[in-house]
Order: sequence, then structure tokens, then C-alpha cells
Amino acid sequence: MPRIVYFSNVSENTKRFVEKLDLPAVRIPLQASEQIEVAEPYVLVTPTYGNGKDESGVPKQVIKFLNIKKNRDLIKGVIAAGNTNFGDKYCYAGELIAKKCNVPLLYQFELIGTPHDVTTVKERMDLMWKQF
Amino acid sequence: MSDMLISSSESDKKMKLASKITRPVNWNKIEDPIDLEVWNRLTSNFWLPEKVPLSNDIPSWATLRPEEQSLTMRVFTGLTLLDTIQGTVGALTLIPDALTMHEEAVYTNISFMESVHAKSYSSIFSTLSATAEIDDAFRWSEENVNLQRKAEIVLNYYRGDNPLKRKVASTLLESFLFYSGFYLPMYWSSRAKLTNTADLIRLIIRDEAVHGYYVGYKFQKGMELETPAYRAEIKAYTYDLLLELYENEIKYSADLYDPLGLTEDVKHFLHYNANKALMNLGFEALFPHESTQVNPAIMSALSPNADENHDFFSGSGSSYVIGKHEATKDEDWEF
Repeated sequence: MPRIVYFSNVSENTKRFVEKLDLPAVRIPLQASEQIEVAEPYVLVTPTYGNGKDESGVPKQVIKFLNIKKNRDLIKGVIAAGNTNFGDKYCYAGELIAKKCNVPLLYQFELIGTPHDVTTVKERMDLMWKQF
Repeated sequence: MSDMLISSSESDKKMKLASKITRPVNWNKIEDPIDLEVWNRLTSNFWLPEKVPLSNDIPSWATLRPEEQSLTMRVFTGLTLLDTIQGTVGALTLIPDALTMHEEAVYTNISFMESVHAKSYSSIFSTLSATAEIDDAFRWSEENVNLQRKAEIVLNYYRGDNPLKRKVASTLLESFLFYSGFYLPMYWSSRAKLTNTADLIRLIIRDEAVHGYYVGYKFQKGMELETPAYRAEIKAYTYDLLLELYENEIKYSADLYDPLGLTEDVKHFLHYNANKALMNLGFEALFPHESTQVNPAIMSALSPNADENHDFFSGSGSSYVIGKHEATKDEDWEF
């Protein structure tokens, strides 16, 4: 069964999207000092922060999580949340992680995601897991 | 009735607090991390219309037909009206309902930026148009029934006594009501017209996203304190208000865009943004996927690629940055 690791800040938009997927999911802790390690393949769901030129847009908690080699080794894909109002920075965190970890950017969605987003992501995750 | 009870008990609480002690805002003690995060985002996004080289659009403006020019002016006076409401009434009415002192400070920032937005349309007008045409466009927006109706609906909630309904009205304005207007500069930009004006509008669109996100978030925090029954009532109210505004928005869009045959295209953009407004409030999208498929030309105008700078020589384009400055030195004047 597909597994999710996700980060969501206190506004919990990404958390609400992940809950709608109804898949096993682990949340990266808000406190950057708390670390988690995963043992099985997963897809990462992350929001995009900031839109300045120098910012990566990747939440620092996600960076810390991916700095652990074991976590990096098990990532199979990334799904990013954002807002098209931010122009070319839309879901930038996802593009960056996909490039750095050499995994596909499976999907991009806005805010808490629409029903269409949820169905599409579930389909793509299922398809992906069948290939393992 | 329940509205009355809630607001009176809330204002009682505020009165008691106020009569005891006046507190200075302490930014070293953050109760809600989103306050600081949004404050930082808003201040780092700060911009002024004078930094966008609008005058580069003059040749392009001259290529528009008279009815296209007049449509553009009307769209911008409509947007000016909404920004005026947000700057002088909307964001300010949210201050007394704030849960933290930092939230109050964020609203003052939002209020000021809305006034910057309102003023930036005047920069566009004075750059592109003559006084008589500007006056005509302002008169149109004062006389257009559907635009006035839109303003009236929102203002009623701002003047009302329900903090949650005020936040709903504010979020719908920031995340939905602007977009019938935002459509046009994106449309021109997709045809390589008024591209500097589009740059300025994109800065406004970026700000509105943060405003809608923040007010929507605070709305959700407020909802957490309510009973499930009252939450259901507010949710039903939100969808009702959205539909009321939507019906009006369709008429307003037809007034503007029918002559150019663009109304159907605009509707898709409205559906798409209405869904986002609802999601900012934590509610599920209403309009079905097919009806929210925005013309790809408009979507790509919203998101110009940083390395496809359309107007290299203007120094503007999508990669807008606030200019850096330094003091002049004597050597600077040795030619």
C-alpha cells in the first residue's frame, strides 16, 4: 500500500489534503529539533514557502528530514502544494526536491486540494506502487 | 440571534481588558507563529508602483482599439474600488476581532498595502490615459449597478457585528471578487500587450494570496472555538454568500466582457478562484473540475517563467526586484 510522509505547518492545509487521501501517513514534526526516520519507501508531500529569489521554498523541517541519508534513500516521489498566485514559484519546493533526490514530481496542488486532486493523486500513487 | 450573543460577549471581554491595562505589542513573545511568518512574508513582498516601468506600455496601449481601452479602464476602476474598500474599511474592521496583538499589526500592514494597490491603478491611468477618459471610467464604476452591488454586499458584512462573517466576506473579496478584473491584464499579457502593467498586477495578485491565506486561517482559528452547530451555520452562510456574490459577478463580468466575447472564458477563471477562496477558509471546493479549467494562456500569464523575460530592455519583466541603491561618491562624478 502506498505510504506518505508529509510536512504541514500550523495552518494545516497540507495535513487536510493528506487526510483526504486516506493512506498511511507520517507527519514530519513541526519542531525542527525532533527527527524522524522512515523504514519503508514513501512519497513526500510538502508545501512551498516563501517566494523570494534566494529562498528554496522548502520548509526547514523537510530539509532536516531529507538530510538523513536513510530517509533520502527511500523517497520515491514528491507531491508539492502551493498557490499559482506566486507565479513561477508555484510548488517550487517540489521541483527542487525532485531534482535533488532524482525522483519524479508526481503532482502539484493548491491549498487543501480539490476532489479532482485527491482522485488523481490516489490513482498515480496506486500505479506507482504496482511497479515496485 | 446567536450572532448578537457572541459579539456582545466578545466585545464585553475586550472592554474589560481595555479598561484594565493597555498592552504594548511584544514581538519577542509570539503566540501564533503564523502571525510572524505572514508579517515577514508581507514585509519582504513590499513594493511600490513607482518601481514598475509602466511608461513602457504606452506604445502597446496605442495598439488597443478604443473599446478595448475603455474596457481596460473600467476593469481597473472596478479593482480600485475593491482595493479602496479593503484598505479603508475591510482590513481595519478585522482589527477589533484579532486574537493576538501581532494579528492586529498584520492587519495594519494589509490595510496599507491595499491602499498601495488602489493607488497603483491611478499610476496606470495617469501613464496611459487622459483625464477625460479617466473621469469617464470612474463615472462608469460609480454608475454600474453590479459593481456597486458587489461593494454593497461586502460592506454590509464589514459593518455587521459578526467577526466570523466579516472574515468570510474579507476572504471572498481577496480571493474571489478581484479576479473578474485580474483576468484582463493577464489576457493582454498573454498577447504581449501591456506587459509592464501585468507585472504590477502580478505583484497585487501575489499580495492578495497572502491576505486571503491569512484571513482564512484566522477564520478557521475562530471556528475552532465554536460549537459544531454554529460552525455548520457559518459554513452554510459562506456557501450562500459565495453564490450570491457569484451570481452578481457573472452579471458584472458580462457587462464588461460581452462586447469582446470573453465572458465564458472569464467564468472559468472565476470558478477556479472561487474554489480557492473556499479552500482558504478551510472549506471544500464547490465548482466541478471541468468548469475550473482556465484558459492555459491565462494560467501561463499568471506564471511567467523567470528566464523568459518578455521585455529584456525594460529591466522589468516577471523577475521583478526592488532596486538597490547606494550613496553617491565623489568618484561617481568624474567622467
